[in-house]
Amino acid sequence: MSEHFEPVIIGFTCNWCSYRAADLAGTARLKYAPNVRLVRLMCSGRLDPTFVMKALSDGADGVLITGCHPGECHYVEQNYKTLRRYLLLRRLLQGMGIAPERVKLVWASAAEGAKLANEINSFVEEVRALGPLGWPQKLAGNVKEVEVAA
Amino acid sequence: MSKPKFAMYWSGSCGGCEIAVINIHEKILDVDANFEVAFWPVAVDAKVKDVEALADGDILLTLWNGSIRNEENEHMAHLLRRKSKLLVAFGSCATEGCVPGLANLSPLSEIIDTAYTTLTTDNPNNIRPQHVTKVPEGEISIPVLKDRVYTLAQVVDVDYFMPGCPPESHQIAAVIDLVIQVLQGKAELPPKGAVIGAGSSTVCEDCPRKRNVKSIKAFHRIQEIAPLDPELCILEQGIPCNGPATRSGCNARCPRVGAQCIGCYGPAEGVVDYGARLLTAFASVIDANEPEEIERILDGIPDPAGQFYRFNLADSLFRAGAPAFKN
Repeated sequence: MSEHFEPVIIGFTCNWCSYRAADLAGTARLKYAPNVRLVRLMCSGRLDPTFVMKALSDGADGVLITGCHPGECHYVEQNYKTLRRYLLLRRLLQGMGIAPERVKLVWASAAEGAKLANEINSFVEEVRALGPLGWPQKLAGNVKEVEVAA
Repeated sequence: MSKPKFAMYWSGSCGGCEIAVINIHEKILDVDANFEVAFWPVAVDAKVKDVEALADGDILLTLWNGSIRNEENEHMAHLLRRKSKLLVAFGSCATEGCVPGLANLSPLSEIIDTAYTTLTTDNPNNIRPQHVTKVPEGEISIPVLKDRVYTLAQVVDVDYFMPGCPPESHQIAAVIDLVIQVLQGKAELPPKGAVIGAGSSTVCEDCPRKRNVKSIKAFHRIQEIAPLDPELCILEQGIPCNGPATRSGCNARCPRVGAQCIGCYGPAEGVVDYGARLLTAFASVIDANEPEEIERILDGIPDPAGQFYRFNLADSLFRAGAPAFKN
């Protein structure tokens, strides 16, 4: 593993809460790790697990999913569906030998800029500790070592 | 006038596709009336050198069933691609890897160990297959396994995809009819890359069972629920039924007789990743909002990778599980 491994993380944010939390973090000049590329969705419930798989299989090392706190979804209950899909997706990743810790779900309201910044920072370190996923390289046959989920 | 040539070949597969073709009954006579069978190892005694001797594009239609498991499969795929005008990935193995594709969850070494050393195998000298073996007459060789299972389209250009494990015989008959009509100038071929011999919706669309708003408190294995309600949606009864993600074309054959859909017709139209779609469908109908309760319900799906990718792993976004790269 490279000593200077910088994880590539795709972050899916909800328009009504976590995207604004990220905005707030910026406005408040809070620093957080630049490893996360944020993608705004209208709701965490819009997050098709396909997006997560596409990100990981195309070279991301981790995926951060953020949404409104339970009970506070702008679309009433879609974040509960996100929660269920997330928990099932983790089990599927485990079954595929991919560390489920590479995908993380965080609830962050529009007022929680500092919380989101902290969560991003700690997730970046967690993924850094896991090392590169390198799926495109694996598929191309360039990587021989293996990651087996505990 | 000589008849156009037809070929059918099998690679990493079970032979069920061949039986499905024979199951079109008297329709097989139409194949004989309209085509010269140039190559079909299971039915006709033609050799690979006979295929090599043909001009490129000389075979009008080749149905290829089977995944690409070894170097020979790959070599034959390139050969038949070159010799065929129309190459059809026929059946689940060729289109999406099917059950052989589940090998992509394990390292190659483990697959070979399981085949040659487990308790049920009598192999006291711990013999392993060798690529090349010296015998008094010279050297003989067997094909080398590829690093993982590939679909046909991952190796060569494919004109049409015909899903199913195996494709339903009435669908095969319809496709053969279509090709014959094209030959007679009465119909046109579908656009290249099309899925043929199947519907474009989901198995649920063809399923006659009653559907309500689903809310699942527990998943069960089908043998744990007796008797199954004969009229109610199987998924609503807590049996993981793959209908919501699976392409129509079989007329919901399994749910009609009280068995859950296992997904052999592959992803429905527009689905990028079969497992992701099915995962979404299952998770959405779970009737729980607390993580602990959700986890308890999810315990009813003990093997998510097998449940979601029984037929589709080799063609999924990941193509394989991480252990497959250990070789």
